[in-house]
Amino acid sequence: MTSKPLKQIHLAAHFPGVNNTTVWSDPKAGSHIEFSSFVHFAQTAERAKFDFLFLAEGLRLREQGGNIYDLDVVGRPDTFTVLAALAAVTERLGLTGTINSTFNEPYEVARQFAGLDHLSGGRSAWNVVTSWDAFTGENFRRGGFLPQEERYSRAKEFLATANELFDSWHGDEIVADRTTGVFLRDAKAGSFVHTGQHFDIHGQFNVPRSPQGRPVIFQAGDSEDGREFAASSADAVFSQYASLKEGQAFYTDVKNRLARYGRSHRDLLILPAATFVLGDTDAEAEELAREVRRQQVSGATAIKHLEFVWNRDLSAYDPEGPLPGIDPDAGGDHISKGRAQVRMYRDPLATAREWRELAAANNWSIRDLVIHTGNRQTFVGSPETVARTINDFVQADVSDGFILVPHITPGGLDPFADKVVPLLQEQGVFRTEYEGTTLRDHLGLAHPDDVRGERAAS
Amino acid sequence: MSPSSLHLAVALEGTGWHPASWREQVARPRDLFTAGYWADLVAEAERGLLDFVTFEDGLGPQSSHYGELDGRTDQVRGRLDAVLTASRIAPLTRHIGLVPTVIATHTEPFHISKAIATLDYVSAGRAGLRVQISARPHEADHFGRRTFPRLNLEELRTPSGQERLTDLFDEAADYVEVVRRLWDSWEDDAEIRDAATGRFVDRDKLHHIDFESRHFSVRGPSITPRPPQGRPPVTALAHQTVPYRLVARQGDIGYVTPHDADQVRAIVAEIRAEQEAAGRADELLHVFGDLVVLLDDDQAAAEDRRARLDALAGEPYTSDARIFAGTSAQLADLIQEFSEAGLSGFRLRPAVAGHDLLAITRGLVPELQRRGAFRTAYEADTLRGLLGLPRPANRYAAATA
Repeated sequence: MTSKPLKQIHLAAHFPGVNNTTVWSDPKAGSHIEFSSFVHFAQTAERAKFDFLFLAEGLRLREQGGNIYDLDVVGRPDTFTVLAALAAVTERLGLTGTINSTFNEPYEVARQFAGLDHLSGGRSAWNVVTSWDAFTGENFRRGGFLPQEERYSRAKEFLATANELFDSWHGDEIVADRTTGVFLRDAKAGSFVHTGQHFDIHGQFNVPRSPQGRPVIFQAGDSEDGREFAASSADAVFSQYASLKEGQAFYTDVKNRLARYGRSHRDLLILPAATFVLGDTDAEAEELAREVRRQQVSGATAIKHLEFVWNRDLSAYDPEGPLPGIDPDAGGDHISKGRAQVRMYRDPLATAREWRELAAANNWSIRDLVIHTGNRQTFVGSPETVARTINDFVQADVSDGFILVPHITPGGLDPFADKVVPLLQEQGVFRTEYEGTTLRDHLGLAHPDDVRGERAAS
Repeated sequence: MSPSSLHLAVALEGTGWHPASWREQVARPRDLFTAGYWADLVAEAERGLLDFVTFEDGLGPQSSHYGELDGRTDQVRGRLDAVLTASRIAPLTRHIGLVPTVIATHTEPFHISKAIATLDYVSAGRAGLRVQISARPHEADHFGRRTFPRLNLEELRTPSGQERLTDLFDEAADYVEVVRRLWDSWEDDAEIRDAATGRFVDRDKLHHIDFESRHFSVRGPSITPRPPQGRPPVTALAHQTVPYRLVARQGDIGYVTPHDADQVRAIVAEIRAEQEAAGRADELLHVFGDLVVLLDDDQAAAEDRRARLDALAGEPYTSDARIFAGTSAQLADLIQEFSEAGLSGFRLRPAVAGHDLLAITRGLVPELQRRGAFRTAYEADTLRGLLGLPRPANRYAAATA
């Protein structure tokens, strides 16, 4: 029996966004708005032969205690617009953007993704996210929001509708025969009718079929509904489990859901977000990582982080002192708005109890506790250590690869590209050249036309 | 006329504005959905030192009828999103303004505000927008949120048609107001990176806009910081009083369609009166004439080409704008005549992009330069700069000062 062949690793780069991972105070930190930063970041990722660049999205500035949150990077460009511009300064790199399915309409979003796919020569991908909160809704015509339980039903129907629009052109409609004067083979090109719970629309889609047929679909939610949505409809999952045991559990769980939708393990990639800190030696990297953590979690940031759980104004507490004796306010409006993390602490009283015990056992201050419990540094070590760990994780089915989030904008990816990627290439687990031109090619995903062909043939 | 007082723009539309343009040998109908096609056109316009290009758009297939689909297969159908196309081209150009069409009726002002702000960042201050309404029932059906009864050009002239139109343009005016307020919702120096206090932004310099109207309410602030130009120029095409009012209330440039100098004077007078009524008499508001152009070395050749295109199309091409067929010198004469009657610029619609755009950049522009009527080099880095529009102060900063 031969040994299992080595899995090829998928790597992507997440432009650091609005969160306290980004160390904006570092002298090397540049703009997160100026286009030159995006160009540098994207060209580094492409130089390193990464699969794609990833952009997150936010549709309302975060607030805490009624004030705009001012400690982290604030502000970002429009997803579609910056990805379209990046298509001009890269040739192969995939361009993945988060677009919300609650505060958009399928016709418009399908046009934009089909357009981005045309304008990039087949490199577009859509991270479908859901949202339901009235806070974000205050910026939109819809004004509205969804009951939480309906967010995935809207997302699923939104994606299904967008797919109907993508598929409404088959690719052979444009004849453009000068002699006969026939431009379109079929006057009804792009016809669609969709009747459902959330959308009741019909007419003609006005973008011809794009190079990838459909954009690659990412999904990022972790709930039961989210996992099921990914298994049924996504090409890749942007997961949060980059550690050995949790990663393997998530990987197994989601991949095992595929069969019930007639899909195989290779039809869905699991790609966790991961941070990294590199040093010449493991010890140097560990020391650097500690410094980065302290930059990421200032005293003020630690207090604000505690407020997510306590749901109270804790500004009177000393971040270098012990945890508050009072209990979290489990009722009423949350003082923190527009943050995904709020939902992570579903039982604040239990979390507070657990944190007090942790702090007492380790003699931690508030800041120490937040530094330790919020630790997001995934890969810390010398380039050799990081390359080995990444490969070990992928071969052990923690994931199919990683979406790397550097803590410095825009140069934070450079050391990874220069030092870690060559080691992965030497091991034969990461490409040295792009083999195809589209993002589907990089990810090893079938073209939707091929899928339709296979289904028609079977 | 001083070199920078005349402004020239080109309206990019498919293979050109004549419906048979795609059948010309110079046309590239199979490339319409590639970035390279649009990049080549915009590069040519930039070689001609034009102020800006506009990108047409629509939320449904093109049609030869005003309010409904025509089911034709002998004309170009299908198009790419204008904002994305403009953004895709931005890094490939350095001076020319990029003005995509935005449909106010069905889209979200919050999304468009950040999209145009981002276009301004990726182009280093060369973004604008052209706002348009859609009263087409078949486009409303693509969104399913509202319905419009059919509206044809005759009905538009009736009182009830005017009322409907007024409603749509009032919504567009609110839309632009929201977009502009969102651009102002960040003061220019809101990002402070104050390591001493740990504050990345000064939240006193970020503002809720709290806009409420019949059609939408938007709280703000934007997620995208104030763009390089502060407020990218807003433009709109207008054919009668109701849209003139939108131009007068919210525009930096209005495109109008006079057929002679008397019409120029009448239209400009009406817009100026509306501008005064809107309390903007002291602000620079450009009025550009739209002209469809077929340019050749002699007038007979241009007219022959028009006849040949009309024959291919099976009917004479008609347009809201005057169709000019002649030489560069004749067009330069007309441009100067209309300028003297009150227009500050022109948006030329090439009948055949692959032919008439080159005739504009390589024939008309040198002709105007010889007459001392057009710039010989780009004199500013931003679109506002090219248009002589000052960078506006932030309304919220003014309120707190």
